[in-house]
Amino acid sequence: MDSKDIALEVKNLVVEYVTADGTVHAVNDINLTVKRQSCMGLVGETGAGKTSTALAIMNLIPSPPGIIRRGRIVLNGYETLSMKDTEMDAVRGKEVAMIFQDPMTALNPVLTIGEQIAESILMHEKISKTEALERAKQMLEMVGINGNRANNYPYQLSGGMKQRVVIAIALCCNPNLLIADEPTTALDVTIQAQVLELIDNLRESYKTSMLLITHDLGIVAEMCDEVSVMYAGRIVECGTVKEVFTDTKHPYTEGLFNSLPNINDRNAQLTPITGLVPDPTDLPPGCAFAPRCRYACAECGKRVPKDKWISATHMVACTAYEKPEFLIERNKK
Amino acid sequence: MMVDNILEVSNLKKYFKTKQGILHAVDGVSFTLERGKTLGIVGESGCGKSTIGRTVLRLIEPTSGEIRFNGTDINKLNKHQMRSMRPQMQIIFQDPYSSLNPRRTVSQTIREPITLNRMISDRAKLDERVAQLMDMVGLAERFVNSYPHELDGGRRQRIGIARALSVNPEFIVCDEPVSALDVSIQAQILNLLKQLQRKMGLSYIFITHDMSVVNYFSDDIAVMYMGKMVEKAPVEELFSNPVHPYTKALLSAVPIPEYREEKHKRIILRGEVTSPVNLPDECRFAKRCSQACDQCIKKEPPLTEIRPGHFVCCCNI
Ligand SMILES: Nc1ncnc2c1ncn2[C@@H]1O[C@H](COP(=O)(O)OP(=O)(O)OP(=O)(O)O)[C@@H](O)[C@H]1O
Ligand SMILES: Nc1ncnc2c1ncn2[C@@H]1O[C@H](COP(=O)(O)OP(=O)(O)OP(=O)(O)O)[C@@H](O)[C@H]1O
Ligand SMILES: [Mg+2]
Ligand SMILES: [Mg+2]
Repeated sequence: MDSKDIALEVKNLVVEYVTADGTVHAVNDINLTVKRQSCMGLVGETGAGKTSTALAIMNLIPSPPGIIRRGRIVLNGYETLSMKDTEMDAVRGKEVAMIFQDPMTALNPVLTIGEQIAESILMHEKISKTEALERAKQMLEMVGINGNRANNYPYQLSGGMKQRVVIAIALCCNPNLLIADEPTTALDVTIQAQVLELIDNLRESYKTSMLLITHDLGIVAEMCDEVSVMYAGRIVECGTVKEVFTDTKHPYTEGLFNSLPNINDRNAQLTPITGLVPDPTDLPPGCAFAPRCRYACAECGKRVPKDKWISATHMVACTAYEKPEFLIERNKK
Repeated sequence: MMVDNILEVSNLKKYFKTKQGILHAVDGVSFTLERGKTLGIVGESGCGKSTIGRTVLRLIEPTSGEIRFNGTDINKLNKHQMRSMRPQMQIIFQDPYSSLNPRRTVSQTIREPITLNRMISDRAKLDERVAQLMDMVGLAERFVNSYPHELDGGRRQRIGIARALSVNPEFIVCDEPVSALDVSIQAQILNLLKQLQRKMGLSYIFITHDMSVVNYFSDDIAVMYMGKMVEKAPVEELFSNPVHPYTKALLSAVPIPEYREEKHKRIILRGEVTSPVNLPDECRFAKRCSQACDQCIKKEPPLTEIRPGHFVCCCNI
């Protein structure tokens, strides 16, 4: 693929947190590519390493205890990990912006929402404060909040409105790549539907590429073109939404689908994944999912599975596929 | 044949005094729960789900209304009578962490309601009962002396369930029991609750904001909006034939984890829920409703049975 068609490339990224209780292996050698103007979903359960991946892309891993051990991040052609802080400040906002999970922590309680949007604009554009405030009002209108609420403080807004303000801040400099970390987890479903629709529309008109972090496979199906499934700091499967949903390969991805109640068939059996996620300070050797995997064999515990490409876009990292006849249950029907 | 209802609630109200005025958290809600069945209560944050759950157990005092549990109006019971009723009605909370005492071990937590209610006093028998309960909820014996902070969310929720079961209840209010859990663990807990219901004939009120979970788990569903029950029906009926515009919007907003060529058209509600304070005499949903007409702002519509067991509260039916 031409590098012009790539918004983000993450190569062999390793992120660790060195703590008194041991080293947390949060991100273990992952690769991730977001194509220009497309939306990549990053799914996985609590502690899988999704936020750590996002923070590494933003070059915002808290250090200490965090450390980026290894890897490259290429954002719209820029190698960001080797950048000086001042260079990175220019990249943030303009090339990449992030929507954090909790809108309350992302907003400053003592500034009006208009001032906060204007502040981000002023960081990247040489315009007057009055002009920036005017632009802030336009941004508010764009996310469906009346412009004359620009002098409201965060506490005067509902949860859904606060999340819209956060989106306005993220989009005010028209970034190439938007990273949204669980942007709707704190919201009710009807408000979630509003916010997702808003993100979708804005993305279309601004031609923004997106990395959408979520644990909700429904949101992935609704919003994304491609999806990467993360388990214990590794990407175990990735592909187009069609590939991963209709031709699921990894036993963990299958386990996620089997754990979900089916809204169209309430009598379908729920088959949970047995056991628990491994301790990230003490990951099992070999495949980290093997202890919970119904298909695991002795080989799985011995070495880290290799990435196997099934198509140009569909990858599975599972040792079982070294046997050509291997099929998961979901694909036997 | 007569329906055997374990719980019959009529015109239940719970108002809170706030600085802004009287807040109508639950505003005239009526429903019944058949023995051995599950009533799911859904709706957005603040619509009054937890308040219903707590008032029917009299963990908070209702403002008015009747709560018949096994035929007795528990709202009329005095403290002493209520205490002897307590073991039969239990609650499981969303956040097992904040509802468990951090300084009590698993064993101490589970046995507390048993000793409080003076059900077993013999030490050995008590240990035996704790072991039996832990086994029932799938907690390995080795955790018997662990503290809550040493356990993950799924195991903590299992402690909450064991504790609720310890006094042999007939009825349990499950207030968002799986909302804080990852899907793989959520499925484990849902299966456990279902299996316990079958084995022990438990009746549940199951509170959640997750439509696919409530669909899987419940027999009947009540949809709440700002303190009112706007629709109630058997689960299949509600999902295949929703009538209230709010129910329709709620169902249509649920993202479905299935691949589709074409994105599905959804109903997007405008505006947000406001707090149920100083309510005008009109349909509470009218301001956000795409089908609102002059009727809707004249007075609140009553709850009407449009088909056997299917109740709707809307002018346009
Ligand atoms: N500042 C930190 N110090 C120590 N450990 C951390 C820190 N931040 C994250 N971790 C650990 O790194 C691992 C990955 O965390 P991360 O937040 O990236 O996961 P996540 O996939 O975003 O999870 P969630 O779905 O809960 O948001 C976890 O085990 C977490 O406890
Ligand atoms: N002790 C209280 N004092 C004043 N208002 C209260 C009190 N408890 C609840 N409320 C209000 O009553 C309404 C219903 O609250 P409730 O907790 O029952 O909602 P819920 O449906 O359970 O919401 P959630 O999904 O967020 O748990 C809300 O507007 C809430 O702010
Ligand atoms: Mg996270
Ligand atoms: Mg609640």
